Amino acid sequence: MAKRTLNIVESAYRAVMEEQDDTILWLLAAMQGAGAEHTVVLRGNAVNYAVAGQGVLGLTVGEWKQTQAPRMDNDVIDLIERRKIPVFVIEEDMFARGIERSELVPGVQLLSAKMLPKHMAEYELVAHW
Amino acid sequence: MSQKTIAIALMDPPYESENLTTAFRLLDVMARRGHNINVFAYEGASGLAFAKQAPHPNPVHGKNVAEENHPTTKDQITALLALATKNGGKVDWVNCGMCVDERGVGEFVADTRRGSPADFHSFCEASDNVLVIPTK
Repeated sequence: MAKRTLNIVESAYRAVMEEQDDTILWLLAAMQGAGAEHTVVLRGNAVNYAVAGQGVLGLTVGEWKQTQAPRMDNDVIDLIERRKIPVFVIEEDMFARGIERSELVPGVQLLSAKMLPKHMAEYELVAHW
Repeated sequence: MSQKTIAIALMDPPYESENLTTAFRLLDVMARRGHNINVFAYEGASGLAFAKQAPHPNPVHGKNVAEENHPTTKDQITALLALATKNGGKVDWVNCGMCVDERGVGEFVADTRRGSPADFHSFCEASDNVLVIPTK
């Protein structure tokens, strides 16, 4: 049985345009496919990944056009619904940025920062990205 | 609008930050307006023009190579050079030679060249303005 791993994702929107996704959420999805057992906690600026309806036009340089610009909210939905990876959002970080619960994609769970240490104790591995 | 010459120093490698997306958006606008652009690709940015970059499929996205259409900076540079030429501007894209050597990325796309910090000095002297986008 795989070691249960809690992944606290804080780095946000780093190279997402070039990679067309977030490198850490992508890595966790790929590892889950290989048998890993991951849980995700979005904190800091990464809480915005869970906001529904975001997106940006692809990059254009002359005749070169990006056709698959990232949609971070869709990637969060994919983790929850298709890969069965629980996704939590630190509620204090969410509220500090003016984000309401109603703005999040379905299936995201809220977690208080005060409860995070207790939550961490439930996992065999903890990674802070 | 009169034609200007702008120097830009880049430091970030591909696939590590959003700085390059910002840089390419600016470069695209400069080239569309027919300005001359002098780029000094320093440190990690010396890999931007590496000719052996290749797009890949994305199994997590469930897409093949064509569907994923993964961006490569070498293609963006090639498109930038063509756009500048079309609009009457010139791009002098210089890859820092020592940076290139230590990374093994010495094969560049056409019409970019190997250079040194002396080129950046020349760019600063010759340009109407200079924009530095450093790695943080």
